[in-house]
Amino acid sequence: MSELKTQDREESNVDQALAFASPRRLMWLRFRRHRLAVIGGGVLLLLYGAAAFCEFLAPHDPEQRHANYVLCPPQGPRFIDSEGRFHLVPFVYGLRQNPEAGEWAREYVADSARVYPVTFFTCGPRYEMWGLFEADRHLFGAGEGAPLFLFGTDELGRDLFSRILYGARISLTIGLIGVGLTFFIGILLGGLAGYYGGWTDILVQRLIEILMAVPQLPLWMSLSAALPAYWPPLRIYFGVTIILSLMGWTGLARVVRGRFLSMREEDFVIAARLAGAGEIKIIFKHMLPSFMSHVITAATLAVPAMILGETALSFLGIGLRAPVVSWGVLLQKAQNFQAVTMAPWLLLPGLFVVVTVLAFNVVGDGMRDAADPYSAH
Amino acid sequence: MLKYILRRVLMMIPTLLAISVLVFTIIQLPPGDIITSRLQELEAEGQDVSEEQITALRERYNLNDPLPVQYLKWMGGLLRGDMGYSMMYGQSVNSLIWERLGYTLLITITATLLSWLVALPLGVYSALRQYSALDYLATLAALIGLATPSFLLALVLMYLGYEWFGIAVGGLFSPEYAGAPWSGAKLLDLLSHLWIPALVVGMAGMAGLMRIMRANLLDELGKPYVMAALARGLSPVRLVIKYPMRIAINPFISTVGWLLPHLISGSAITSVVLSLPTTGPLLLESLMNQDMYLAGSFLLMLSVLTVLGTLLSDILLAVADPRIRYE
Repeated sequence: MSELKTQDREESNVDQALAFASPRRLMWLRFRRHRLAVIGGGVLLLLYGAAAFCEFLAPHDPEQRHANYVLCPPQGPRFIDSEGRFHLVPFVYGLRQNPEAGEWAREYVADSARVYPVTFFTCGPRYEMWGLFEADRHLFGAGEGAPLFLFGTDELGRDLFSRILYGARISLTIGLIGVGLTFFIGILLGGLAGYYGGWTDILVQRLIEILMAVPQLPLWMSLSAALPAYWPPLRIYFGVTIILSLMGWTGLARVVRGRFLSMREEDFVIAARLAGAGEIKIIFKHMLPSFMSHVITAATLAVPAMILGETALSFLGIGLRAPVVSWGVLLQKAQNFQAVTMAPWLLLPGLFVVVTVLAFNVVGDGMRDAADPYSAH
Repeated sequence: MLKYILRRVLMMIPTLLAISVLVFTIIQLPPGDIITSRLQELEAEGQDVSEEQITALRERYNLNDPLPVQYLKWMGGLLRGDMGYSMMYGQSVNSLIWERLGYTLLITITATLLSWLVALPLGVYSALRQYSALDYLATLAALIGLATPSFLLALVLMYLGYEWFGIAVGGLFSPEYAGAPWSGAKLLDLLSHLWIPALVVGMAGMAGLMRIMRANLLDELGKPYVMAALARGLSPVRLVIKYPMRIAINPFISTVGWLLPHLISGSAITSVVLSLPTTGPLLLESLMNQDMYLAGSFLLMLSVLTVLGTLLSDILLAVADPRIRYE
């Protein structure tokens, strides 16, 4: 009997805690229950972490050409040697080309005479960390000349694993910066249209309609083709970002406009106006916070579209270009039948694109459910 | 209804005009024009090009006129059904585009039918048996399908086709039929090649539609009228097909309209990868080579098709869903 009572009391405690929880805390609780979204969030944290520390995590310099190991298939660390003995410290064998395979069909044979142990925190190629200090420590490595190519090498003998890590920095940030810009334009124009209505609204509506009528990909393509080829890589990067976001703000603007329109006549807004609050204050202090979660969700779901856009443009050769390493630029190497069949590992950057986009979509879904106060879950 | 359609058509005119200006601006954006890039090519080959030749070329393509005049001439030609002249191919744009539209139509329609055939039943099943094993599987597949760029899928299929079956995936015909006149055998050959591009092009739409179908049907199934109908003894199968599904199917109809613009651009990158004789690669090439009339005509056609498609969808939606009324 008494047991039942404590249980009752506990439950009412939980109810009370929920009743007094802030909306943000409620959202977080709802989000936590979405297991897939939490996993997606973890994956994203991991990927962004890898992008931030790519100099340290990558065992090779992304530009270094290993002339002896051109188009080398992935070489993982081994634990068992050629005589079947187990080694606690993993190692890689040296590789030599099979001379019988001929010039075009490259074939690598393990050379068990040359053993390179794989160790943690080894010295490797020098790098400059975030432009702050120089270092030569890497998370793992097998010393100079060791063919430790986790994902194989490309046609110039560059380590694909290191290049994917460096590419993550570009591919993952382009979506974020682009969405930031999209956010700004979308809220500004959508807000103006919804708050003032009338002519502003009609003008913005027409603009959205026109931009939506022109199919996105060809528009991206023609605008990217307009970026001059002599521009330095960094400027091209920003150019591509701006192009992606100039076309992407329409969806967000429509959401914001609709919200403003319906909220303009709400009691709390009228009350604020009667109390003499300025327009800027009403918009940013009273109206915007009430649907910020929806906007953030929309933005999260917009990031993958940008990442896919960058990948597609770079794949076609009109987005980012060669000295810059992004996943789309890397995928460009796997464009034709020969490359795909001879060196299928060149498709691996695509796997990273898929995982990233998947994670963003799942997190966005979870956030949408969490932000919706009427959701049944 | 007729009045509504008429009003919508009239409203399209200013939108289309604005789009045409936008398109014209975009194709003028890249520095230089096709003559300058042509000249560079010729000079690289060691040929001398005289001043007169250059002016003659510029004269021929109206490149000396001020931009507004160029725009008006282009529009005038378009109204007469003349889309201009492709400098890259030395052919009129009309002859280039129609040649490829047929194949594009074939692939797009096959892809759409395929995606509906898969998405519709799977979406309905997922909603009716929520959280079943097949639902989880379908959801996972749809999420991955949405996250995979179609060109990547094409590349993976290429690799698997070679590794497992030893076939070279790509193109619409085997080499021996490519230049051959039409025959029964050629048609069979086409059909055996068609399914891969159709699958690749249709995948993203398939995944998206399945998710939407599932979500919409789930929303409908929770409504009181479904419960009421069940309580009155309507058989579940008949009930689902007759009421909630009819409402949940709306997104299928609203996306029919997008098929039209999809015809030209949707499969552009996939077509490049799979070397298909469709409009996509041509559009891409024209954009990269600043073949302005070809690119401009493509872009404008795409936009017109999008606007028309949206209208078509709205009309179809009104026919299918009696709840939709027009002011």
